[in-house]
Amino acid sequence: MGAILLLEQCLNGLQLGIMLFLMAAGLTLIFGVMGLINLAHGSLYMIGAFACAAVASWTGSFTLGLVASVVCAAAAGALIEIGVMRRLYQRDHLDQVLATFALILISSEAMRWLFGSYPLYLDVPEVFYGAINLFGVLQYSRYRLFIIVLGLLTALGIYLLINKTRIGMRIRAGAADRQMTAALGINISLIFTLVFALGAALAGFAGALVGSIQSVDIGMGEPVLILAFVVVVIGGIGSIRGALVGAIIVGMVDTLGRGYLPQLLQLILDPVFANTLGAALASIAIYLLMIMILIFKPKGLFPAYG
Amino acid sequence: MSEKYLNRIMIALLLGLPWLAHWLDEPYYVSLATRIAILALAGVGLNLALGLGGMVSFGHAAFFGIGGYVTGILASHAFNSEPIISGFMGTTQMLIIWPLAMLIAAIVAVFIGLLSLRTSGVYFIMITLAFAQMIYYFSISWPTYGGEDGLPIYVRNGFPGINTLQPIQFFMICCTLLLITLWGVSRLQNSRFGNALQALRQNETRVTSIGINPLGIKLTAFVISATITALAGSLFADLNRFVSPTMFSWHTSGEIMIFVILGGLGRLYGPLAGAGLFILCEALLGGWTEYWQFFLGLLLLGVVLFARGGLIGVLSREQKNA
Amino acid sequence: MKKQLITSMLSAALCLAPQVEASPVKVGMITTLSGGGSGLGVDVRDGFMLAVNNANNSDLEVIIEDDGRKPSLAVQIADKMIQKDKVDILTGIIWSNLAMAVVPSSVNQGILYLSPNAGPSAFAGKNCNKNYFNVAWQNDNLHEAMGSYANGEGHNNSFILAPNYPAGKDALTGYKRFYQGQLSGELYTKLGQTDYAAEIAQIRASGADSVFFFLPGGMGISFMKQYSQAGMTIPLMGPAFSFDQGILQAVGKSALGVRNSSQWNKDLDNAANKTFVADFQSAYGRLPSLYASQGYDTANLILSAMQSTDINDKDAFRAAIKSAQFESVRGDFRFGNNQHPIQDIYVREVVMQGDVLTNKIIGVALKDHQDAYAADCAL
Repeated sequence: MGAILLLEQCLNGLQLGIMLFLMAAGLTLIFGVMGLINLAHGSLYMIGAFACAAVASWTGSFTLGLVASVVCAAAAGALIEIGVMRRLYQRDHLDQVLATFALILISSEAMRWLFGSYPLYLDVPEVFYGAINLFGVLQYSRYRLFIIVLGLLTALGIYLLINKTRIGMRIRAGAADRQMTAALGINISLIFTLVFALGAALAGFAGALVGSIQSVDIGMGEPVLILAFVVVVIGGIGSIRGALVGAIIVGMVDTLGRGYLPQLLQLILDPVFANTLGAALASIAIYLLMIMILIFKPKGLFPAYG
Repeated sequence: MSEKYLNRIMIALLLGLPWLAHWLDEPYYVSLATRIAILALAGVGLNLALGLGGMVSFGHAAFFGIGGYVTGILASHAFNSEPIISGFMGTTQMLIIWPLAMLIAAIVAVFIGLLSLRTSGVYFIMITLAFAQMIYYFSISWPTYGGEDGLPIYVRNGFPGINTLQPIQFFMICCTLLLITLWGVSRLQNSRFGNALQALRQNETRVTSIGINPLGIKLTAFVISATITALAGSLFADLNRFVSPTMFSWHTSGEIMIFVILGGLGRLYGPLAGAGLFILCEALLGGWTEYWQFFLGLLLLGVVLFARGGLIGVLSREQKNA
Repeated sequence: MKKQLITSMLSAALCLAPQVEASPVKVGMITTLSGGGSGLGVDVRDGFMLAVNNANNSDLEVIIEDDGRKPSLAVQIADKMIQKDKVDILTGIIWSNLAMAVVPSSVNQGILYLSPNAGPSAFAGKNCNKNYFNVAWQNDNLHEAMGSYANGEGHNNSFILAPNYPAGKDALTGYKRFYQGQLSGELYTKLGQTDYAAEIAQIRASGADSVFFFLPGGMGISFMKQYSQAGMTIPLMGPAFSFDQGILQAVGKSALGVRNSSQWNKDLDNAANKTFVADFQSAYGRLPSLYASQGYDTANLILSAMQSTDINDKDAFRAAIKSAQFESVRGDFRFGNNQHPIQDIYVREVVMQGDVLTNKIIGVALKDHQDAYAADCAL
């Protein structure tokens, strides 16, 4: 029984990791290619979720909702890049912090104006309800399996895009040396807008997928934002592979920590105290992890741009 | 208008308006000015590390909160007559609380600094954030001092010879501390230490090649900056008569950064201008519409896009001394 | 001429006769209207203002401001309302931590505070204050009711979970105070956590026969969706905070059948409630939640005190409030010695009515229930 629970918790950790990867992939791209600290990443996530919820309840189709989430988030991303970020590349990076912080306020209240103060309804389609039998011993939720598969496919897709296509080559060139790439006649501004929009689309897609099993609410982007930053930093900025590995590590540590820390502590401490301490430690586990990794590898596990 | 002139105008407003409000018997505006002074102090602390030293710390709320909680814990133990450690009953005297808060913040800052300054750039930002987050989550879940509910402070701590419950008197304490700190930081800025720090921000390799050890200077600046922010936290606790884990949250870190950036990065009086603008907007806009955060965001965005170098930069139209 | 003189003398005499001179009453409402969790503040405000507008009492003035869920902003607004706007009564705060920041100094300055929601135990017990009234409940009450209900249903192996913060701990303590069975697990989750796969796996492995959870806001929505998507069938129980009218729409049919406890529901059979539900629907186009009912009751309580006393006679006004002579949508309403309600707590079940998810009362969990801290209060 304990072994099956452990297996299920590991699978849960993996799935949480994939969810985190979807959230972090966009961020690491934006971060890595443009050196942009995008605090509005959580808002793009939220916009994707809201778009999906609105379209899904309008049309009754979850697929259309997913498409809407990607399109709306990408559009919002493009708008932000052209309208705001573009003016700030030459300025202090901290101006970008202030600008994206302002964008969080604007987008949250704009969403509230449009959709009201209560959370929205978004549910997974019926076909994903219930569990599937894995390896003959374990019941695992279909939808979470779907997320794992989709996440891995997305990772593959981005990897292929960045490393095996022309446009990916240009993106990498632009990240390595912006001016040189522009001097070679490549429209670097367009590339940057595309990258930002791509990152936004990934965030929106993650928002829709994850919002289906969590809650579509105005504050949903905030915890995600911090978590995504942690994953990106652990994995190494600009590296998709790093984001994937980092996300899975964080997912595992968080899930297994929550599941087993209080019990482990109960072996050596008094149960009430162990429970309190265990819960407290579990919530800071991923930060401890990040600090530990940064001490030994100050640029993360797989830094892409050194 | 030169920066110096601007600074003098700001000080005049800061000193003058609250007294006017006091004379007109409007204590609310005095509290508002006190709030601005305290948050400006927190920003001055951060500005030392961020603006002068180029160390973008996203975890300064940790020190702000430490200052607040030290105050809260000492005051509540004194109020309830419970000893903290054998014999020490806590205290409600500001003159004891401040140095203690600053000392504890300094110790924590040395620890965090030593670990964080091994990294740089964005990694430094994240590692400082992580430390602050850890303290935040810990303070929520640890029940002894209220956890997420926070800790009310049922008294206002005492300062010899002054009735600290009077808004204008408490304001004068905060304002004086702010002015002293501004003076201290300006002396620091122009000292050899300050020069080395700013040089480090601009080109670390060159400074190292002259033979100066960057870690020592950066760490010192980080620790001093932490103590200033902790002092602000202690005053904040007294102002609100309440401390809560929100003081540790990344929102608070972000807001202190906002004050600094709004006013003008690296400018001595920048945090004062930034804090003033932000708090006034928050107070005024809030009374008009329930969507006030939308308009605040628009305003901030406008300032960033169109006001290069922050408020002071725009008003003085001067290139700041690099 | 004589007739005119007599008439004018009579009217002069009437004018000189003592009247109940009503002084204007200023109420300051500090509530959460923006950001995450604002639905609750919006409901409290809407319920409160519905009562105010219906009464059309020109002596009552209400100032409303948004605290954005920030304790320091709430303190700042309270200062403004007390010092600049000179309010007589404060109300509106949704969250316990903001209440802990604002209430002590406000009541110590002689301002009356009527809480339409947050009910931390600190103010119910030894730190109670004659100026503090709670019109909703004490935080533990709804959890205690579920504990009692669980006994009645024959559940004796409950798995309980709540977030790791004071309200969460109070929730589980409240449940355990009345629940008499065994616990198959007691879990504290991280505040703000949204993924409960690990916890649901533990629940499944524990062999529990019932699950009690307190996960307000988005946490509860996430948990319930994931719970039903995982195919779990162990009965769920919780307080109304995860099942109010606003949240239910977001959860969808994953919430069907869940039992939850509340001091109010829209199908309570009394005249005041029927009027309230109908008026709320026509004014705002949606069904009221328990938060709206709490706001409505708070306003009516203030209005009732204004009918019989003058605000400038603080002691009389306080006594009028404490005697609670108003038509509550809960039916009978009275305060205990610590100025928290003594009321019936009902058990509701989530059902589908037409195409709207809502709650239906299926029984009474605790009758005339008083909170556990009243004895510690010196009032």
